[in-house]
Amino acid sequence: MSKRVVIVGGGVGGTIIANLLAKKMRPELKKGELVIDVVSDKPEHFYQPGLLYMLFGLKHHDELVRNEKDLLDPMVELHLHPAVKIDKDKNEVHLKNGVVMKYDILVLATGSRPAPEMIPGLKEGGNWFYEVDACLKLRHELVNFKGGKIVLTVGLPHKCPVAPFEVSYMLDDWFKQRGIRDKVDYTYTYPIGRLHGLEPLANFGAKTFPKHGINTETLFNMKEVDPNKKTVTSLEGVTLKYDILIAVPPHKGAQVIEDSGLGQNGFVPTDKFTLKMEGSTNIYVVGDTTNLPISKAGSTAHFESDVIVENIASELRDGLTPFRYDGKVFCFIETGMTKATYIMFDYNTPPNPVTPSALIHWFKLTYNKVYWLTPMGIL
Amino acid sequence: MTEEELKQIKPTVTVDARGTYCPGPLMELIKEVRQQPVGSVIELISGDAGSAKDVPEWLNKVKQEFLGVIPGEGFWKIYAKKVKDM
Repeated sequence: MSKRVVIVGGGVGGTIIANLLAKKMRPELKKGELVIDVVSDKPEHFYQPGLLYMLFGLKHHDELVRNEKDLLDPMVELHLHPAVKIDKDKNEVHLKNGVVMKYDILVLATGSRPAPEMIPGLKEGGNWFYEVDACLKLRHELVNFKGGKIVLTVGLPHKCPVAPFEVSYMLDDWFKQRGIRDKVDYTYTYPIGRLHGLEPLANFGAKTFPKHGINTETLFNMKEVDPNKKTVTSLEGVTLKYDILIAVPPHKGAQVIEDSGLGQNGFVPTDKFTLKMEGSTNIYVVGDTTNLPISKAGSTAHFESDVIVENIASELRDGLTPFRYDGKVFCFIETGMTKATYIMFDYNTPPNPVTPSALIHWFKLTYNKVYWLTPMGIL
Repeated sequence: MTEEELKQIKPTVTVDARGTYCPGPLMELIKEVRQQPVGSVIELISGDAGSAKDVPEWLNKVKQEFLGVIPGEGFWKIYAKKVKDM
């Protein structure tokens, strides 16, 4: 009787796990002792970090998309039907087309999405660059902008925690290039009492934002947006006027997670070391889908995937799951249009951004082109 | 609340933010206070000494209830109650 690993989600985490597992378990796959399935609600795999560049016209949609089928190992089966229910007691995934998939091991890689509807008025009055259509809309607004007030706000939780920093530095450079920087009044707001959750990055911002003419308002958590008056008000009682509101909306996890009772707001309670769903022995959780208080970022999903694959293979072969995730995260951070820095940290090592350089910026641009090797399990 | 009273609390949700640098303990607490229903008690375990100061300050600012803090060895258990919608 063959074993079946079902991976729900065809984003970076789900695809890496499928491909690495297919490589590692080649003999078992060939002998028919193992089946690997990926369930995805869309045929395309989108490179989300590219949206930051699409905002400035530096990337086109087609450069950021591949067919998921083309990225997957030929021995992995792709099911392009959304999962509508996960029954963890019966070890079943129910698809929208009525198919019920039994699994021995399940991987939840359902990700997260911006949920502007969580803040009254944000959908109508705000802009964001975390989704394709919204990103293109904001791009048009920025290109037609002749000057005025821009306010950036950050909801919780959200993916890519360094993006608010990056877009602020990049907009400063971009408006300078367009010759209207002196007409732009830019305010960066942040939910806590410093400029970023990462303290070294907050200190870096405190040192560099004044040089870039970026105004700041800390302890600012969006409560509501008034699209008619063009104001955004915080829970803390501060109201800011804007001409363009750039928001990082609060995020939600997948509906199927909520509907299956696996986690509030679509985020699954997860052991920070084993990456198994709390209380479960055969469900792993990867990337944005976990409720772990760590960065929701592609690199997090990538490093977690390595551990999950080792444990699944070890469990199937020896009945052991000895591998542990150490909390490793890596993020490039653009500090303008021509320079970047990076941070790397884990559960025991705090981050420490290095001096920004053109070299790191070019490294990030290169990675944007070769990203596809990551979900393929090569890089 | 006294430390003894705090120890009796059965939190609605616990966030163990030790060893996590991003997004950080206060961000996690804000997220939970926003998501949980009114009446929920949130236990935040933080390895950041600043949390014992930042958290009550923020709760006071948004008129939610700070129940207290229990210092541990290299960490702090901080308790908050959501008393109104936000």
